[in-house]
Amino acid sequence: MSKNVLRVENLTMQFGGVVAVNNLTMEINEGEIVALIGPNGAGKTTAFNAITGVYEPTNGAVYFNDQLIIENHPQGKMKKLYAGKNSDMYKQAIVKTPDELTKLGMARTFQNIRLFKSMTVFDNVLTAKHLRRTSNIFTATFKLNREEEQRMREETAELLKLVELYDVKDEIATGLPYGKQRKLEIARALATEPSLLLLDEPAAGMNPQETEELTKFIHYIREKFSLTILLIEHHMNLVMDISDRIYVIDFGEEIAEGVPAEIQANKRVIDAYLGVSEDE
Amino acid sequence: MNITSYLIRGLATGGQFALVAIGYTMVYGILKLINFAHGELFMVSGILMIYIVADLPTLPIGLAICLMAALTVFIGFLIEKFAYSPLRSAPRMSVMISAIGVSYLLQNLVSYITGGLSKQFPDIPVIGESVRFLGIKDKLTVFLSPVIAIVLTVILVQIINHTKFGMAMRAVSKDFETSQLMGIKINRVISITFAIGAFLAATGSVLYFAKNTGINHLSGANPGLKAFIAAVVGGIGSIPGAVVGALIIGVAESLAKAFGLADFSDVISFGLLIIILVVKPTGIFGEKTTEKV
Amino acid sequence: MWEKNKRTICNLILVGLIIVLLICIDTFAPATSMWFSVLRKVCTFALAAVSMNLLNGFTGLFSLGQAGFMLLGAYTYAIFTIPVNMRSNVFRNYGDSVIRFQMPLVLALILAGIVAAFFAFLIGLPVLRLKSDYLAIATLGFAEIVRGLVQLQSFGPVTNGPDPINMFTAPKSIMVYAAISGISILIIVLMINSTYGRAFKAIRDDEIAAEAMGINLAHHKRLSFVISSFFCGIAGAMMAMCNTSVSSVSFTTSMTYQILLVVVIGGIGSISGSIIAAFIFYASSEWWLKFLDLETYTKAGSKVPLLGPGFRMVVFSVLIMIIVLFFRQGIMGTREISVYDGIMKIRSVFVKDKAKGGESHE
Repeated sequence: MSKNVLRVENLTMQFGGVVAVNNLTMEINEGEIVALIGPNGAGKTTAFNAITGVYEPTNGAVYFNDQLIIENHPQGKMKKLYAGKNSDMYKQAIVKTPDELTKLGMARTFQNIRLFKSMTVFDNVLTAKHLRRTSNIFTATFKLNREEEQRMREETAELLKLVELYDVKDEIATGLPYGKQRKLEIARALATEPSLLLLDEPAAGMNPQETEELTKFIHYIREKFSLTILLIEHHMNLVMDISDRIYVIDFGEEIAEGVPAEIQANKRVIDAYLGVSEDE
Repeated sequence: MNITSYLIRGLATGGQFALVAIGYTMVYGILKLINFAHGELFMVSGILMIYIVADLPTLPIGLAICLMAALTVFIGFLIEKFAYSPLRSAPRMSVMISAIGVSYLLQNLVSYITGGLSKQFPDIPVIGESVRFLGIKDKLTVFLSPVIAIVLTVILVQIINHTKFGMAMRAVSKDFETSQLMGIKINRVISITFAIGAFLAATGSVLYFAKNTGINHLSGANPGLKAFIAAVVGGIGSIPGAVVGALIIGVAESLAKAFGLADFSDVISFGLLIIILVVKPTGIFGEKTTEKV
Repeated sequence: MWEKNKRTICNLILVGLIIVLLICIDTFAPATSMWFSVLRKVCTFALAAVSMNLLNGFTGLFSLGQAGFMLLGAYTYAIFTIPVNMRSNVFRNYGDSVIRFQMPLVLALILAGIVAAFFAFLIGLPVLRLKSDYLAIATLGFAEIVRGLVQLQSFGPVTNGPDPINMFTAPKSIMVYAAISGISILIIVLMINSTYGRAFKAIRDDEIAAEAMGINLAHHKRLSFVISSFFCGIAGAMMAMCNTSVSSVSFTTSMTYQILLVVVIGGIGSISGSIIAAFIFYASSEWWLKFLDLETYTKAGSKVPLLGPGFRMVVFSVLIMIIVLFFRQGIMGTREISVYDGIMKIRSVFVKDKAKGGESHE
């Protein structure tokens, strides 16, 4: 058995009376590419945001490299309203902020691309190097961190060459074509030196050819940076091609888990997607 | 003076602030804009009153007030047309800066016209007269202000909740773009909102300046800020909130004076503002909104 | 790399020229020249505008507390630089000052910054969690509170209550102002170009993405707020020197608005823009447009219409409105001045080599 990188336990996310994610449990092992899929509104992005510290989950726990990063149980008004399970399992309320999680080695991209819009491609990636700094505001201001700054720039250039964006490094990030913006966002996440990469619909809005390139790209960076990857996706081709394992959720609840072939044959999954013709 | 009279004076100032605060809160509700020029509009309407009475001495005071209110509404309308509507698609900060620019312009314009001197507000019959009520002797405007403020607020809330225009206004404040798609003429809704705000500010200015004698180009800044604090404390965007907030501010400042802390009155208002912002940023009546990632 | 060096060298030449120009004015201009009062004010408000720009333009935090921090700086500076033998005279209404020593100018300046920064740190803890307009209101409220508190009788022995403070060290030479302002702005520029500056810009561009990239929002916002306030405090101290007297009545909200307008005219997010705008703003409002305030008569003896006291400010505010409405980018937008690019651009016009050198602005 390989080591598990991310372990999500009984994660529940409830907004008022609506349970968006219900008792989700997942395990992701080192080096795996795992996909989280489900019909529209199934709660995928909500789960993602709860794992990355953007939302405070209502109940449950998340472990990253066996370190407890998130734990919560229904409190205050939620105590009465809570409609999920296992509320007595958790006692603490720990929610690390997204920046702390990134520092631990968890990096993410966004469904609707969020690049630093006034910055160049180069600076977008360079900015992501900020969190590994050793300089403080004084040494940085008075340029006493020259070596570090130099190293950051070299690493950025190297990374951009690797993802084939070096030739557009001085362009304003938001001026790039859509596919390259996606790639840049991934490159920026990689610059934070993660061990786990979370991709939120990386192929959204891409045509079949671009999707195919993306598939190769994801495989490539996994090898190159020895990453573990969790992704949310709608493009079934991509998901089936790329994933080692798949979790399927519907109405916030897990309905299936397994390797692509199992998922494709699963009755409940087919039912959940029934009526939705597979696109592309 | 006993505590009751301080309380009544506080409610009076509160009522006058409330009329100004509604202007802030309505504009914020619709445009998400802090209309920094609103306090200056309040001052301009006071100045207009002075000039109307001085230049048209034969005009009955009632008509003079109506003329002043009409002119104030017109100026409010002009400000919106020239300074805010061209920036409809601009970032919110630009509009806010434009509002600051307008307030700067109005101050300087009035200073130029008046020569920077303080002008005497005319005596307004009836509301300027002293009466005795609950054993307290004061100008009628003091007793009348909270009543007028509340009556006008009730009428306004009725309009907003029960007329077609009110419905349009609520729709625009909920979702600008969708209501435009639904065929609501948003520019008209916005214009009318500014007009209502200006009208209430004009009413407030008569009540406010009838007890305070002099006006100069800076007279709008302080009441403007106070009314604005009131709107935030009550929950900006909420009309009843603005009134409650204004009454709280008015009474708090008046009580500060009662306890010999007159120097502290500004500090108390702003302190209240910061406490509210830190504890419940959306104010007493404000709705909570969450940002979608 | 060579391109970059050329740019730096050209800009250094520009800075050198400005310094020479300032020295010339300082030594050769007649003592009554408007240059003195205007340039002192320009230096002061250039720094105030740049420090506001650091916060509003580079970190995306819309704060309106400048007047409050400048007041803190001005008072701190003034209180600590009154000569010992003058103290009892200045503080005559309150017996004597509680502070019994005089600080050298530079130390007092730094202390002015530190006091402002300290208060920024304190109020930053609760206030910086607020979003855009709410932050603006809260900081504005803070400035008004400070102004109210400073005038209190009970603080008399420290702040001289509502009475003005004077008799403190107030250098006359423009060079002192230029040096303080120049060094402060240089430090801000260096910081903006450092890795921290990039983090600030990231927060401005997209807070959520910045946080996801490991930038600690609370920490960096506070850092920017405290540093901006530090330099605001120094600008306040410079304002005290300019006026040779400090009184809480001059640190009003409208002064904050003025600084904001300078930032807007220069371009939100441009340091050189703020400096240029500070010059244009104060030179025109205090000097070049002065003639509008004078009642003037034509040769025929008839009065020129409109001209009179206060007209200058009307014209001035109309000009500002025009910029705010129609030239929203301000003079510089988010660009910085670059002599080299300017020269290349002019050359390209002459050489008709538009395809190459034309749009090389950074």
